[in-house]
Amino acid sequence: MLDTRPHLVAETQREAVIRVRGLEVGFGERTIMKGLDLDVYRGEILGFVGASGTGKSVLTRAVLGLVPKRAGSIEVFGEDVDELSPASRKAIERRWGVLFQFGALFSSLTVKENVQVPMREYLHLSDRLLDELAMLKIEMVGLKPDAADKLPSELSGGMIKRAALARALALDPEILFLDEPTSGLDPIGAGEFDDLIATLQRTLGLTVFMVTHDLDSLHTVCDRIAALGGGRIIAAGTIETMLASDHPWLKAYFHGKRARAVMAGEA
Amino acid sequence: MATSDIVREPQLMVDRVGDELRATLTGRWTADQAPAVERCVADLLAAVGDERRILFDLSEVERLDTLGAWVLDRTRHDLGAEGHSADFFGAKAEHHILLNEVAYRGFQPNPVVKKSWLMDFLAEIGQGVVAAAKDFAAGISFLGEVVVAMARVAMRPRRFRGPSLVHHLELIAFRGVPIIALISFLVGCIVAQQGIFQLNKFGATPFVVDLVGILTLREVGVLLTAIMVAGRSGSSFTAEIGSMKMREEIDALRVMGLDPIEVLIVPRLLALIIGLPLLTFLSDLAALYGGGLVAWIYGDVSPDVFLSRLRAAISLNTFLVGIIKAPFMALIIGLIASMEGLEVEGSAESLGRHVTSSVVKAIFMVIVVDGLFAMFFAAIRY
Repeated sequence: MLDTRPHLVAETQREAVIRVRGLEVGFGERTIMKGLDLDVYRGEILGFVGASGTGKSVLTRAVLGLVPKRAGSIEVFGEDVDELSPASRKAIERRWGVLFQFGALFSSLTVKENVQVPMREYLHLSDRLLDELAMLKIEMVGLKPDAADKLPSELSGGMIKRAALARALALDPEILFLDEPTSGLDPIGAGEFDDLIATLQRTLGLTVFMVTHDLDSLHTVCDRIAALGGGRIIAAGTIETMLASDHPWLKAYFHGKRARAVMAGEA
Repeated sequence: MATSDIVREPQLMVDRVGDELRATLTGRWTADQAPAVERCVADLLAAVGDERRILFDLSEVERLDTLGAWVLDRTRHDLGAEGHSADFFGAKAEHHILLNEVAYRGFQPNPVVKKSWLMDFLAEIGQGVVAAAKDFAAGISFLGEVVVAMARVAMRPRRFRGPSLVHHLELIAFRGVPIIALISFLVGCIVAQQGIFQLNKFGATPFVVDLVGILTLREVGVLLTAIMVAGRSGSSFTAEIGSMKMREEIDALRVMGLDPIEVLIVPRLLALIIGLPLLTFLSDLAALYGGGLVAWIYGDVSPDVFLSRLRAAISLNTFLVGIIKAPFMALIIGLIASMEGLEVEGSAESLGRHVTSSVVKAIFMVIVVDGLFAMFFAAIRY
């Protein structure tokens, strides 16, 4: 297995591309998170774990601006998202790519057209380059060229994830948000997808924010892991930090039967 | 990297040293600079003469992304194909990785088969006719399935889904009352008003009562109701069943041993068959009321005169002609809506297309069937 972790610099010296402070999000009477702090550093792959229903997706959506927050601040690339003009907000949106859990490919467009949607919207490309670039992204995520002209309904689950990743990479983003990228894939497919993310992260210099439940992904590709529980981050650090933590949920998560099997496989 | 930096356009300087051509690249070779990137490369290709060696100096490149790397590697490849020897040097480590990753390869565009528009046009007509015939056959076979499912339910009434029927009856009939009453009232008014204006010329104003009474009871009430229900309830059936189909909920029912026709379609169809005549009755009343009101205002036909003339003009069969048609209209709307719903495939576009065609087909068929009934009742002098 590839060791993709860069040398870990002391965290204080690294540039935080996403900085969340005191975030509070809730719906109606229910408060989902309160006083949440989180940093995502440039060039790292951050794995984000938490029990189902603790609000991993809600946090992702809050950072992306899809869910309104009640309090706190979110900085992306050092700029407070609340104080952005619509134009600079658009400029920031160009610099991130999102892979939704179920792909969210536009069902009436082919894979290639899906990849071209953000390109057509934001870039001024010649037709030739538009085609070539879309095909390049499609190949980079490991899809065969003949998948380019297929509709999402004709693709398997793994191919949908790859096609959606190609669309997320369309504008060469600096941050990539992945919502459970390996869920629904077989272990081999999931492993390949992990390798793919690691390779792309190295070649494109991406910062990756990955919500995942996959212990293998956490072990093999994530530089740092953040765990969400009770509406706040209960621990953040390397896998070793997680293993050493004595928080009951983390203990159950990283020392459970499944986790032991993963560790045994690595040893 | 700070965003406040002045964006530096990509530039390419050419130096000739003997039979060697040296291209020095500066600035950002990124997607947002795509037109400039393409221009630079086109300039270079134009500048290249018969030099043997072409070197790209990448040490001054500020930023490179997949687009820049792709265009550069493509250019290198193109030059190589023309017999030059082109190479990169001085690339930063991260740019080097990127250049290796994109590694130019030609993408074969899919061959486009040329066809004549006349052939396409004729083929489309042919396909349309075949599709219509298949639709008709499928409709008959679907009707058969529904009848079988209904018979099964009738034999074992415990399997009948009462709550579902009541729920749909509420949605179709009860919730539809205001809008159907309103449009019927308005159409009644309009028919009466126009009738008065035309009949006035013959001094036959009181005959507007006959006109409104017979027209609404025989035709307009049931037609208006059926069209409104096709738009309101037919479309929602197609959308409901279609989105269940998309999310494999129909398959889930099947593997649990439940018949989707029995569970989903029979209650909806029965609710339509019960609801549509009720709504038609209401529509008749509202249209007569509207007609009476306008006759009173425009034609000085007092309510007493209106009622007594109405009693003389219509008989029970006038009313029955309209109401008998309602269950048939309901059956048509329900069958078309359910069939279209079950034909939905994976995409949102497909759902939209089938909802539209459900409403269009249902309204079309309702009007056609109304015409057939008119001929039938005329033939039997009912």
